[in-house]
Amino acid sequence: MRKLDRKLLRDLYQLRGQAAAIVLVIAAGVATFVMSMCAYHSLTATKDAFYRDYRFADVFTSTHRAPDALLPRLRDIEGVAAIETRLVYDVLLDVVGMSEPATARLISVPDRGQSELNQVYIRRGRMIEPLHTGEVVVSEVFAAAHGFVPGDQVRAIINGKTQSMKIVGIALSPEYVIQVQPGSVLPDDKRFGIFWIGRRDLEAAFDMTGAFNSVTVRLALGHETVRVIDELDRLLKPYGSVGAYDRDEQLSHRYLSDELSQLRGMAVMAPAIFLGVAAFLLNIAVSRIITQQREQIAALKAFGYSDFEVGAHYLNLVFVISVGGSIAGSLIGFWMGANMMGMYEEFYKFPALTFLIHWPAVAAAFLMTSAAAVVGTFLSVRSAVTLPPAEAIRPEAPPSYRASWFERVVPKRFLAPEMRMVVRNLTRRPVRAALSVVGIAMAVAVMVLGNFSLDAMNYMMEFQFRLAQRQDLTVTFVEPATESVMYEVQNLDGVLESETMRSVATRIRFQNRSRRIGIMGLLPDPQLYRLLDADEREVRVPEFGIMLNSKLSEVLGASIGDEVIVEVLEGKRPTLTMEVSAIVEEYAGINAYMNKRLLHEVLLESNVASGAFLKVDPNRIDAVFAELEERPGVGSVTIKDAMMQSFEQTVAENILVMRSFIVMFAAVIAIGVVYNTAKISLSERQRDLATMRVMGFTNREVSTVLLGEIIIFTVLAIPLGCVIGYGLAAVMTAGLDTDNYRIPLVISRNTLLLASSVVVVATILSALLVQRRVKRLDLISVLKTRD
Amino acid sequence: MNASKVQAGKTSVFHAVDIAKIYQMGEVEVHALRGVSLDLYEGEFVVLLGASGSGKSTLLNILGGLDSPTSGTVHYRDHELTASDASQLTQYRRDNVGFVFQFYNLIPSLTARENVELITEIATSPMDAMDALDLVGLKPRADHFPAQLSGGEQQRVAIARAIAKNPNVLLCDEPTGALDVQTGIVVLQAIGQINRQLGTTTAVITHNAEIAKMADRVILLSDGHIAGIETNSTKFAAQDLRW
Ligand SMILES: Nc1ncnc2c1ncn2[C@@H]1O[C@H](COP(=O)(O)OP(=O)(O)OP(=O)(O)O)[C@@H](O)[C@H]1O
Ligand SMILES: [Mg+2]
Repeated sequence: MRKLDRKLLRDLYQLRGQAAAIVLVIAAGVATFVMSMCAYHSLTATKDAFYRDYRFADVFTSTHRAPDALLPRLRDIEGVAAIETRLVYDVLLDVVGMSEPATARLISVPDRGQSELNQVYIRRGRMIEPLHTGEVVVSEVFAAAHGFVPGDQVRAIINGKTQSMKIVGIALSPEYVIQVQPGSVLPDDKRFGIFWIGRRDLEAAFDMTGAFNSVTVRLALGHETVRVIDELDRLLKPYGSVGAYDRDEQLSHRYLSDELSQLRGMAVMAPAIFLGVAAFLLNIAVSRIITQQREQIAALKAFGYSDFEVGAHYLNLVFVISVGGSIAGSLIGFWMGANMMGMYEEFYKFPALTFLIHWPAVAAAFLMTSAAAVVGTFLSVRSAVTLPPAEAIRPEAPPSYRASWFERVVPKRFLAPEMRMVVRNLTRRPVRAALSVVGIAMAVAVMVLGNFSLDAMNYMMEFQFRLAQRQDLTVTFVEPATESVMYEVQNLDGVLESETMRSVATRIRFQNRSRRIGIMGLLPDPQLYRLLDADEREVRVPEFGIMLNSKLSEVLGASIGDEVIVEVLEGKRPTLTMEVSAIVEEYAGINAYMNKRLLHEVLLESNVASGAFLKVDPNRIDAVFAELEERPGVGSVTIKDAMMQSFEQTVAENILVMRSFIVMFAAVIAIGVVYNTAKISLSERQRDLATMRVMGFTNREVSTVLLGEIIIFTVLAIPLGCVIGYGLAAVMTAGLDTDNYRIPLVISRNTLLLASSVVVVATILSALLVQRRVKRLDLISVLKTRD
Repeated sequence: MNASKVQAGKTSVFHAVDIAKIYQMGEVEVHALRGVSLDLYEGEFVVLLGASGSGKSTLLNILGGLDSPTSGTVHYRDHELTASDASQLTQYRRDNVGFVFQFYNLIPSLTARENVELITEIATSPMDAMDALDLVGLKPRADHFPAQLSGGEQQRVAIARAIAKNPNVLLCDEPTGALDVQTGIVVLQAIGQINRQLGTTTAVITHNAEIAKMADRVILLSDGHIAGIETNSTKFAAQDLRW
């Protein structure tokens, strides 16, 4: 081994504490990057394969009832490669031992067997035998949530009649990779299941022989989706089409896309933060070494080592650290990625979701890390390279200290000599001091960022499901219910308060943007389903005009006073021009609201309701539910608390996993920065400190000089870190903003407290480590060798 | 006085003509050297004497290719140092020069032997690192780190490092400055031995006039000028010097 390389190894060993801290910080960034990139590519590859192999459709639409005779005309639409018609019905399920309602979506399977599009992957059991009546195949998550196995019987309330079905298989479908019930934002394994059933069975149950109510289409390559959608809408309009949509508006696909774009966002944010901190740490460590080794460098040069060799020597030192961090980070990233896949497996159902290592991402991580390392140390290394040997050969002049402005302000007698040294050290290198403060602040900021997601989620839940919506049960009807039906529901024993609503499928346009949404007609002053503005103030439903939620307003680019076009996709299908009268705050979904009476007017209908919100006596909830379930015409019943609970179990659990990673990483940054700063102060001043000790200062007094500085840094860093954390959270909310939900920028006091405490603990730990070294300071050898 | 006349017949290793070095310190110009001309000859042992600040180190650094003069020319044999760029100077140092610094400048993370090997690795015809340490009597301490050696021992390692590459010229800036008499003598003995045995052209800076007795010639510097050159008729051995 070259002696210069041996020097490098020994220097590294000398630096091991700092080097390890920097390696950890780099590893944290690389791990997050590698994890999200690999997860992204694994998920994409798996998704694409599933979509392709099981023929996921490109365009979807549904109608009220269209005759089979229409099929040839649909097939002839230019751009349609394959088309399939089917029957789809949501029914209530009667599950033994379950008091809350479960909705089953029944999807017809052609009588000859497998579908042409959105094919079913059988995980266990078998497919429905052609023409065997009463057989169903159940989606895996739902079966797992209820412990169903092939051979079990389930009972559904189909068209008012209880009907028994036999489960023959457990299955997955590209259409329901994640199962979210329309109208709810979150998956609920227990309360929403997909059932594939023979078409003949459904035709019989719903009296739909020779007709269909759902169409799925696979497009030929190179055709415009919009044109096909327009044609489908035109042809199906007379049969009650609610508008065709492409994958972008297909729920399962959209959730997957959101997840993928969030992984992307994480892949950008994490390296930016962690590698920035690492570059800074490398900068202070390397510039310190180079100052320290000034005279060694001069000697090397005097003996004929070239500038290049000297520069390479120090860059190699940097590369050992950065490559070490990259390797460690990649390995941790693989491990985290594999864990992440495990987590995804609970949510996203694929035939096989395997974690694939995406090597280009690993290569990119190595490159990015090296680049950050070079950027961080470039100036220091260049100063070593350009160091004129004739000058460096002589010992450096003592640094010039001055009494700072601080001392001029604070009278001398208030500052002990130790504190005076601290203040002078700080004011002599203000840039270094500022960078150290920023470094520690980054640790606080990352902690804030890590906890912010939970704060945001909590606030979202609180806002949406406690402040705004106060109902206990939400009932929807299969067909708009008349006043007498509503009256019965509202007078069930145990119902304390109730409100009805009318919802209608529409397409809303503003300028060239459009969205398919349900508009909900509400009473003028709703008390159960309330609308709030961003300041949590109640918004009354005005007599005229349409109210958009914040996401819809953003998506359309329409604000108060703008006129939007609303095409109703039901009934007489009127097209209206309406003024936006208010924007209401909602964090999930894209929704619009208007006065219920106005909605009836434009639909030319009497006082009917699509659903109702009920406030129920807590002791009577089960009874009310049971009564509702038996009632014909009731489409779905949702219990808010049950939904929230299941949400908290699944989503919150996963946020907790992510959060513990981030807290770990923040602690790494905090300890890395604080320990490095302390260590560097120690090495810069060990001669001074040893001299002080020799002159009779106690260990304590000497430590004050060292730790005083770190304490000042930490005190300054905490508020700064909170501010930076807030900024990062703002960037993150923008980055993670999707069509499904907006993330509120809310940071709780607990989060700030926790972030500060972690940094304070890191400071104390580092201080203890450094103090131990002060105690062990070998006075003789420090004073003997020159550094 | 022209040095080349005094030692006519010998080959000139260094040939410096009218070199000046001016440091610009803000408003003030510091004249470290004010027109120095001199020749150093093959195998010669030269001592540079002079008060602090007289320009000794500056001159030595220029001869060693660590620094370049503001004006004037310096030749090392056929090679014009003053016309060389930085990489040519590096090559010149690598091939020809051994330095001994006042403050040793050893690499603390390398052992005595490794410090020497660090230099022999890049030299064209080096001696064995252990032999070099043997010459300064430090073979038994070869595996010690600088921090485990006394000041004099560190300085001797520095000398071993300088001679191990078999340099054509050996330049020493106050090699005994930080040492006590006894150790100083040991160090000077080592330098004298190299000069005699290997015929290395040697220049030593010192404040100590006594050391001048070891030299073939003594060059006196004063305020950036050569104030005089003395040729010793008898050279003392290091152990005969009295401090
Ligand atoms: N880098 C520099 N910048 C400014 N002035 C310098 C520099 N190096 C040397 N000098 C000045 O040049 C003059 C000569 O310096 P030099 O180091 O050659 O003296 P010296 O004879 O070696 O002194 P000493 O015996 O104290 O080592 C001094 O006045 C010194 O202050
Ligand atoms: Mg000098």
